[in-house]
Order: sequence, then structure tokens, then C-alpha cells
Amino acid sequence: MIPRIYIPGDSGALALGAEKVAKAIAKELAERGIEAKIVRNGSRGAYFLEPMVEVATANGRVAYGPVKPSDVKSLFDSGFLTGGHHKRWLGAPDKIPFLAKQTRLTFARCGINDPLSLDAYKSLGGLKGLQNAVAMAPADIVKQVTDSGLRGRGGAGFPTGIKWKTVLDTTSERKYIVCNADEGDSATFADRMIMEGDPFVLIEGMTIAGVATGATKGFVYIRSEYPHAVATMNKAVEIARKAGVLGVNVLGSPNAFDMEIRVGAGAYVCGEETSLLNSLEGKRGVVRAKPPLPAIQGLFGKPTVINNVISLASVPIIMDKGAAFYKDFGMGRSRGTIPIQIAGNVKQGGLFETAFGLTLGEIVDDIGGGTATGRPVKAVQVGGPLGAYFPRALFDTPFDYEEFAKRDGLIGHAGITVFDDTADMLKQARFAMEFCAIESCGKCTPCRIGSTRGVETIDRLAAGIEPEKNLALVTDLCNTMKFGSLCALGGFTPYPVMSSITHFPEDFKPAPARVAAE
Amino acid sequence: MTMQPASTEIASRTAAIIQELKGLEGPLLPILHEIQEEFGHVPQAALPVIADGLNLSRAEVHGVVTFYHDFRARPAGRHVLKLCQAEACQSMGSDAVAAKIKQLLGIGFHETTRDGSVTLEPVYCLGLCACSPSAMLDGEVIGRLDDEKIDEILAEVRS
Repeated sequence: MIPRIYIPGDSGALALGAEKVAKAIAKELAERGIEAKIVRNGSRGAYFLEPMVEVATANGRVAYGPVKPSDVKSLFDSGFLTGGHHKRWLGAPDKIPFLAKQTRLTFARCGINDPLSLDAYKSLGGLKGLQNAVAMAPADIVKQVTDSGLRGRGGAGFPTGIKWKTVLDTTSERKYIVCNADEGDSATFADRMIMEGDPFVLIEGMTIAGVATGATKGFVYIRSEYPHAVATMNKAVEIARKAGVLGVNVLGSPNAFDMEIRVGAGAYVCGEETSLLNSLEGKRGVVRAKPPLPAIQGLFGKPTVINNVISLASVPIIMDKGAAFYKDFGMGRSRGTIPIQIAGNVKQGGLFETAFGLTLGEIVDDIGGGTATGRPVKAVQVGGPLGAYFPRALFDTPFDYEEFAKRDGLIGHAGITVFDDTADMLKQARFAMEFCAIESCGKCTPCRIGSTRGVETIDRLAAGIEPEKNLALVTDLCNTMKFGSLCALGGFTPYPVMSSITHFPEDFKPAPARVAAE
Repeated sequence: MTMQPASTEIASRTAAIIQELKGLEGPLLPILHEIQEEFGHVPQAALPVIADGLNLSRAEVHGVVTFYHDFRARPAGRHVLKLCQAEACQSMGSDAVAAKIKQLLGIGFHETTRDGSVTLEPVYCLGLCACSPSAMLDGEVIGRLDDEKIDEILAEVRS
């Protein structure tokens, strides 16, 4: 048997030098005259171990990481092709604690095989959900998704099945499935990992959505900052078409469904669903007022399911194993699993899929292992640039939509950014306003003007000018933005700002040292 | 400096792109991406051609082009270096990295060095948040930027 070596082609792994490692391994194989097959898999998501190289041995996979090009010679000398010991040896990948502790449903296949091998996808249970779906009545598929308790993983947490039911019940000669892959929130990379590491699961999920609602056309709107995801998705769609997964007869059934990959153009606000629809139509990505709901009048005015990548990629397992199986995971009204992305200043950063319910402290301290710098954790921002900053005092908050809302936070797309004690929360609050000003679509006044006034007011606070008055002004401004903005950009920017002010008041006190230094 | 194509040439190449893509549903963004790929920016001379081809007003086309951060009014330098400035990278010192690179190149964000070698831009998230601070050089991703990697990047853009 020819040895198989797995080297991730995921952008996170590439950013850490996977390409150089692949070249060094290929060169070493050639020099030693060894025949081996190099497979470029996705990432399993343990980025602190990337580039993580795996070899298939008689006793299963053995992983090594993080591998540097300079390690390659000694890896061969240590007999890594048969799992030999080396300082980078990690053992069986599924026994690595960070991976072993996870419950992988949506990401079950991500990072294991060549993402563009449809055979490998099928060998690990792929397409079973779609096979079940094409044999069912649309209303029954929608019921399964509703019963699973799946809620929109993009951040809003709206029940996916209810959205689908609205589209199913709306009569139209044309309907659309739109996948929101405009993953702009800092600390999130779950969508990117799925698109680069298991693209067929997204295609399968979208096709099920099409069959369930009577939509025949799908669009994936991917942000331009993700060139690798765009390339992989384009190739995967082509392969799925050739294999009859997409086309006029999905898996030989009378259902027609096809899809296109579209690329955004660097506007954060296009992650908001109505902006995204405008952008797909070729317009400025400005927010639309709701109603009408996209489910009734969406893309080109037609009924449209618009879901996040992870919501859609979670559907195949629900249709394969059943609603009850999925619903069995989680807590309260947050059912199933959630891919938590642990990022920023953290020792063990990466993607951790688990049932809802872990506390924030367990995620940051036990799984993340604390900060990368080794300093104490000061704050963690949960849910991206529009999410609240949580202090250590709130680390007992369980990861659940409602529990976070109760503490004036949100889980959003489940990204967590860890900051050590050098963080200046006034600076973070200012950045939140600044980011809102840069990215505002300009349609509504609280967001467009409020964000700029917010930056100016926080600057006055920093300069020690009338601190009490300016603090009250920021608070009042946040209130206006929260309740007066059309969408979550202006409406949620107050979360990082107000949580910084509430939980870290010391950073907003006049700093005599800062004033004196200027 | 790179030679600018004449406006008649821009018009004919733009028309060919429109012809190829106008059958798409919502073709404007794919057309603009293709034009930027072709010319390195979206030239003013292309806008009336697009407006005409898609039956839009010039104002509408202008509005769309200027809405999106990606579309350039002028060509970029030979290299484009994007530095992530979003929260996850901030937590790992992206401010200091940006300050150092700006100083070494002698330019700020949204500027191009005088020799036209590199354009520096901020980017808000590359999805490499567990490998912060991160950057993208001509589409290649780079994570955990440190002094050594900064030196490599600068050597490449100056070569």
C-alpha cells in the first residue's frame, strides 16, 4: 500500500506555513525515492497544532503538529510514515484532547479527507440526508427541520424550520435559497472552514432546502476576503453537477435544483440578510426595511430562504439521523450543537463543536487554555464586533442564546475573542463605534451619524473632557442606536460599547497619567 | 508607472465582459469584479458602458461601485498588503504590527509607496482569528505575524 500523507489546504493552515511543509515533504519523498500520496485535506480546526500533518498507518491515522518545514527531514528519519515517534508526534487525531472532547455533527467530516472527493464524502455518510429528503413530502422535510429545534447560526437564532415553512407556503413560480457566507465577524471562521473543508455538506443542505420549499435556484454569497473558500466551492458545485447531485433531477428525483457561487466586495454590512439580497441583485448593499420578510419577498422580489452556512450545513445530519437525534443535544431552547470559535489571545485557539450549555469559563480556561501571552484574561468578546465584552465575573454564563441575552450579550455566530489584561476597554469601545462608522450602509441616521458622534464622544472621554457628561452622552447615544437603527449593525454596536462601560468602568475614568503625557 | 489603456480600449474590453456575464441573474457585481480583474481597477471610462449595457443610469452604477470597499478607482501598487485590524488581531497586537509596517514602508493605510511597489490596506477579518495577527499579501494568507514574517513580507514587496 502506498503511504498517504494528509497536509491541510485550509487557509488557516496555509497561513501557518502548510504550503511550505507540503513542498518540503514532496521534496524529501523525491530525494529518498519514496512513493507516497499527498492528500490536501481541510483543517480539523485545532489551529494551535496547525500545520497538522497526518499519515495513514496500519493502525489508523497518526498526527504530527505543528510541523515546520525544518522538521520534515527528522520526521522522515523518525519513520513518521509508519507513525514513528518524534517531538511533533500527537498520536491518533481523534484522541487529541481538544478534538476528543467535541461533539461533531455539522463538522463530522471537516478536515478528514480531500474536501473535493465526493466518494470520500459519501463514505462518511454524505448525501444520506438528501436521499431521505427527496423521498419525502416537502412539508415533512420542513417539519423535521422545525422539530430539530435548529435556529439560525448566523447570529439571530431564528428557528430555521419556521423560515422554511413561510417560503413553502408562499406560492410563486420562482423561489430562491440564499446562503449567507459573508462571515465578516472577527473571531469567526466556521463558515470558511466548512466551505474549504467539507463543501459538499453545504451543497447538500442547500439542495435539501430547495427540495423542501420548492426553490430551484441557490446562491452562495461568499465574502471576497475568502478566496480559498470561493475556489473550493466553485469546484465542488461543478463536481456536484456532474454527479447529478445538482441539476434538473436531483439524485434522480423529479426535483430540480442548481446553484451559483457569488463573491462579495468587502462590505461588512452585506452580512445583514437584506443588504446581502440587494448586493446579489447588483445594487448598493443597503439594508431593506422589514416587512416584507425575505421569505415572502426576497431576492428579486421572490420568496427566499436566506440562511447562514452553518444552519444549512447542519440540515444534512438532521435529515440523516432525524430531528430527535439532533434535538437531544443542547439545553433550554438552544438545541443541537454549536461550533464555537475560540480566537484572539488564546493558547489553544480553534473550532470547538459542542452541544449548547458549556459555560464561558469552561470554554476560555479549560478548552482554550487561557491566554497565549500567559497573562490573566481581562475580557472576552462573544459574538463578533457587535457582541458584548464579558469580564471574568460572568464566566459562569452558559453558552445558550437566552442565557447570554439575559446578561446583555449575544452569542452571535459563536466567535469568542480573548483579551489579556493589557487590553484598554475604552479603546475597544471606540473601535466598535469606528467600525460601525466605516461599515454603515448609510440608510438610517442612528447608525450613520450616531457611530461618528460616538467616536468623537469617546475621544473626549479619553481626553478627560467633562467625563461624567460625556459618559452620559455615550449611554444615551447607545440607547438611540439600539432602538432606532434598522439593522443589527447600528442596533448592536451598543453591545460592545455599553458592556465595556458597565463591566470595566475603571478604563473610562479620567486618566491623569494619560492627560499628563499629552 | 503602468500604462493606462486608452478609453476606447477600456470601452471595448468592458463591453466584451458585459456580453459574457449579462445573462447572469444580478450581473453587476460579477461584471465589476471581472473589470477590476482585467484593469486592476474600475476605470471611470467603463461606467457609461456598463450603464448602457445593463440599462441602468450612470448614477446607479457609480453608486454601486463606490459603495463597496473592494472596487478601486485607481490601480494599486504591484503588491497589495492587507493587514487585519479586527478585534481578534487587535488582541494579539495588530496595532503595533501595523505601526511598524507603516513606518518601514513610509506610508499609511490606503496609500501606495512612491515607487509603486506596494499598496497598504486595512482589512476587517480574514477568518484567521485563531492565527492572529494575520495579513494577506496578493491573496496569500499569513498568520501569527512576527518580526521575522514582517521582514519576509517587506523583502518580497521590495524585490
